[in-house]
Amino acid sequence: MMNRSLLLKLLSAFIVFGTWEIAGRIPVSYAFPTFIESMKALFDMTVDGRLFAAYGETLKPLVIGVIISAIVGIAVGLWSGLNEWFDWLFSPIFIVMQAAPLAALIPLLVMIYGIGLTSKIFVVCIMAMPVIVLNTAGAVRNTPSSLTEMGRSFQASNWEVILKIIIPAASPVIFSGLRLGVSAGFIGAILSELKITPTGVGDIITYSRSIADYASMYAAIFSIIVLAVLFLNVLEKIERFLFEGNNRGYASD
Amino acid sequence: MAMPQTNALSEESPSTADIAVSARNVSKNYDNVEALKDLSLEFPRGQLTSLLGPSGCGKTTLLKIIAGLLEPSAGTVHVNGQAVTGPGPDRAFVFQDFALLPWASVIRNVAFGLELRGVATSEREAIAEKYINDVGLSGFEKSYPHELSGGMRQRVGLARALSVDADVLLMDEPFSAVDEQTRRKFQEDLLSLVANENKTFIFVTHSIEEAVYVSDQIAILLPRPSRVSDIIRPTGLREKDLTTIRRDPEYLDIVDEIWTSLKTYVE
Ligand SMILES: Nc1ncnc2c1ncn2[C@@H]1O[C@H](COP(=O)(O)OP(=O)(O)OP(=O)(O)O)[C@@H](O)[C@H]1O
Ligand SMILES: [Mg+2]
Repeated sequence: MMNRSLLLKLLSAFIVFGTWEIAGRIPVSYAFPTFIESMKALFDMTVDGRLFAAYGETLKPLVIGVIISAIVGIAVGLWSGLNEWFDWLFSPIFIVMQAAPLAALIPLLVMIYGIGLTSKIFVVCIMAMPVIVLNTAGAVRNTPSSLTEMGRSFQASNWEVILKIIIPAASPVIFSGLRLGVSAGFIGAILSELKITPTGVGDIITYSRSIADYASMYAAIFSIIVLAVLFLNVLEKIERFLFEGNNRGYASD
Repeated sequence: MAMPQTNALSEESPSTADIAVSARNVSKNYDNVEALKDLSLEFPRGQLTSLLGPSGCGKTTLLKIIAGLLEPSAGTVHVNGQAVTGPGPDRAFVFQDFALLPWASVIRNVAFGLELRGVATSEREAIAEKYINDVGLSGFEKSYPHELSGGMRQRVGLARALSVDADVLLMDEPFSAVDEQTRRKFQEDLLSLVANENKTFIFVTHSIEEAVYVSDQIAILLPRPSRVSDIIRPTGLREKDLTTIRRDPEYLDIVDEIWTSLKTYVE
């Protein structure tokens, strides 16, 4: 089973890259390099260290933004899942944030926070935080009431109910919200580099396009996709490891 | 205690047996549903009382009020002479849907009541071990709830309730999720629990036969709004041999009598 899914993954990668190569050779557009050219550009960038320097820049707002989103998002989500009044007050903000067209907000952010790191962190947070908040609140609200009732029947304090029942019961969904938040954060980080000031990977993309070095541009895009996929896979592995018991569902279902 | 004495109980409850739990003029309204109305009932210490009645008549509601999980709209419940204001260490609940923590092993689930009471890990695991053994689950300590059958999960819930050593055990249809053979085995186990542990059992069931088989006292509840319509004490049966009880004429008479009194409401 495992081998078969690996085989399928390799096969689909082969088809995608093969199509890319063929499309590049026709070529569909003079601005579309072949797969091999792009990989060569990627190799060059890696060897001369440009790629690492770029990721050093790009990952800064991403990591800071995701950490802030995780801490604030989980805290706000827990609270609004537990308290209807707080939920009524705050959840509309996150629903609007999730629905808002980010590109339209960027000029506003730049006006307030300038073109530095702060604005970029904000963009990452706007992308990442809503899904974390909404998932956490939903998970907390959906804790089976028979479990919290059980806790109370054995004289658990409110804190014990939260720490020993609600949070463990909600954590798989909280974690998958975190995973979605991280992938949205990736989008936010690149978007902020393209829309605010070109730094890091965004700079490679913008600069290579301006000098018509399309192979480097596609190499940068390719690298960020690979990085995001790898990172999400790692998170998924961690998730599976942590919540093995929970994945089996509720025993009373 | 300046509780006005009620005479709502016309039944000849044994004046000698002391009363572990008493519900006095309890009413419970959910929004506009009147679940219980002026219900009074006494539960003698060391005995098993069944609550029998049609679905939706308020048996779970009454049990949760006794547990302190729900507040009555009117009336009071006393446990060992103390008015109930919330859950307490003198009562333990066995949930109809088991209410096991899916992420916790059997031993942690059984010890969970003790964990909440702050008992040290080694001590609570030793106690849990004993009750896991008592309910016949030894060897499954490290299993997770989803790896157990419905009947085994129910026994985990029972072991958890027993391990906190409460005076009063509240059991909400504890045998509804198991097959007939297991159910009979559980009924026998329950009878030996009643005989060996000096606890008061309050037991909700849908089955007339089950109620007659295991109870010292059966309270028949009317449909909503619920009151106690009848109290039946199959005292004669408790002395008899368990293996032949189901063929005993007295047993059959009581089952018939209850069926007759319930039948009018089913139709
Ligand atoms: N949380 C609630 N909100 C509103 N109504 C409720 C609630 N819980 C119970 N009820 C109502 O109260 C009545 C009694 O419910 P309860 O669960 O106590 O019945 P029951 O005797 O345990 O039934 P069953 O034998 O089917 O388990 C039902 O008619 C139900 O509609
Ligand atoms: Mg019920």
